[in-house]
Amino acid sequence: MKRKGWLYLLPALLFLGVFMVYPLIDVFVYSFEEGYNSASQTYFGTGLYNYSYVLHDPYFLQAVKNTLILVAITVPVSTGIALLISAGLNAIKPFRNLFQTIYFLPYVTNTLAVGLVFMILFQKTAYSEGLINLLITCFGGSPVDFIDGPYWAKMFVLCFYTIWVVMPFKILILTSALASVNQDYYNAAKVDGTSKFRTFMRITLPMISPMIFYLIITGFIGAFKAYSDVVALFGTNLNAAGMNTIVGYVYDMLYGDSGGYPSYASAAAILLFFIVLTITCINLLVSKKKP
Amino acid sequence: MIAVNDFNFEIPDGKLIGLLGPSGCGKSTTLNLISGLQKPTSGQIFFGEDDVTNLPPENRGIGLVFQNYALYPHLTVRQNILFPLENLKGKDKLSKTVMLEKAQAAAGLVQIEELMDRRPGELSGGQQQRVAIARALVKMPKVLLLDEPLSNLDARLRLQTREEIRRIQRETGITTIFVTHDQEEAMSISDMIVVMNAGVVQQIGRPQDVYDDPKNLFVAKFLGTPPINVFDGQIKGGKLFLGEDKVMDVAGTGDRVVHVGIRPEGFRLKEDGPLCCELCGVEVMGRDVSVIFTHQACPNAKVRAIMGTEYKVDTWKGIVRFSLIPRKVFLFDRETGERIYFEEGGQ
Repeated sequence: MKRKGWLYLLPALLFLGVFMVYPLIDVFVYSFEEGYNSASQTYFGTGLYNYSYVLHDPYFLQAVKNTLILVAITVPVSTGIALLISAGLNAIKPFRNLFQTIYFLPYVTNTLAVGLVFMILFQKTAYSEGLINLLITCFGGSPVDFIDGPYWAKMFVLCFYTIWVVMPFKILILTSALASVNQDYYNAAKVDGTSKFRTFMRITLPMISPMIFYLIITGFIGAFKAYSDVVALFGTNLNAAGMNTIVGYVYDMLYGDSGGYPSYASAAAILLFFIVLTITCINLLVSKKKP
Repeated sequence: MIAVNDFNFEIPDGKLIGLLGPSGCGKSTTLNLISGLQKPTSGQIFFGEDDVTNLPPENRGIGLVFQNYALYPHLTVRQNILFPLENLKGKDKLSKTVMLEKAQAAAGLVQIEELMDRRPGELSGGQQQRVAIARALVKMPKVLLLDEPLSNLDARLRLQTREEIRRIQRETGITTIFVTHDQEEAMSISDMIVVMNAGVVQQIGRPQDVYDDPKNLFVAKFLGTPPINVFDGQIKGGKLFLGEDKVMDVAGTGDRVVHVGIRPEGFRLKEDGPLCCELCGVEVMGRDVSVIFTHQACPNAKVRAIMGTEYKVDTWKGIVRFSLIPRKVFLFDRETGERIYFEEGGQ
């Protein structure tokens, strides 16, 4: 009986082993092999030099900074806004399904289409300054170059984009979590004259907190792995734009114009792995401590 | 949809009231109207002299215990009981120590002091209910409302808890209304019962009075275990006929067809009694005896009579004869189900 179970698991295990576990171990090994050359399969020696190089590389430090800013802004903001929208959706009766669909649309929309929309909103073209700049000038401000301009403007666009892309999924999860809270709890609170705000803070939030923690943890992991969004907005030469992320740095080290350094890439990937691991462990500890 | 219609009654102060009716008869709606969770489309609700119809729940001075208790699972028992007090604002605001004292007092009343630091998930159903009652009582409401308080408990706990509810009500003197579909539950502890059906109040009164003097067939059928036996009867010339049997003298009703309700304890075994029945069996309960039989005037159902153990039933004859105890016999109109009163004649 037991052997049969393993037999059923075998196909999945096989693929996971070949495409997940083996590469992981391999990356870990590469990260300690100095000057590894994938063509000749040779290296000079083993040690921590790769890590030291990566940690002293200003591009890597810039990528870490970008990623951390992106994570620190988008995860709480997108979760917070999603919570507000979900609470709003839950409070209205008519058109709830319609709104739910509208809010979910970005999730099923093609990334390229979304990128195009953001181009129209933010990109300067030969014909216009972009919609947002039009608005800014309308209110008497001076136009900002969001794509090639100052760092904060580019970061703003990136965060805005990320939040907008991750929001639908969060709203979906939170609306169903909110809907699953038993109405009797609200009635009990109402009988005691609990204010709406207090009901939300003391009853609704704790009741849906497992879902919120789930979203925060997956949100952290997702934001740490950001790459394609950045490319969609700023093109492939991210180091030059100063908008690289850790995953972008890994990619550039492997395949970019300055690429061909699998050892550095592996070291950076392992560093990313430990950052995500630490953050996730902290998240889990915090969520465990909260009743 | 009308769940509750034309609901007029007055609840005496400081009493325990049972709101009784079959599932879906509007009991819970009535409770929600009293609590203020729902608003009546017309009519008024008074607590004493105060019109509370348009007051929100928190200003009515009520405590409500939900059928599933609705205890906040993430809060401890103490926090649950404190919750209503923490909502008080302005001049009613209490200091932390006063709140804790009140919570402790409420917990003492329902005897759960030793559970204060646990969470609802760690408690049994009976304990959870005590917590729910404590939470409802902590503000010392004018009216305590209980929605099906015993339905989630097992049979043994149910007996115990209903005594407990009675005791708590006596100790606090708070007017208490509880909803139930179990007539035994309502009869056993209420000072007064309100029988409802299809959103309409059928009868209000002391449990014994309602049992002894039901206003209509529904009330008669709904109260009493085992239930009342219903026969098709006919009145001709002041005599009540069940099928062929001329069972009783009834005066003042005129000739008509009726439903005849006879309580199980309304039969008396008698050699030459007028009601002649085919015997099906005898159930010995120890304390009393159930005689089960069929009769032509009651074609679809078996009739059950309960009598003392001093009566001996001869099962071999296959036939039993009864006389009837007039005050245990009720006549109802065939169409409306309304009670028809008669004057007892001699036999």
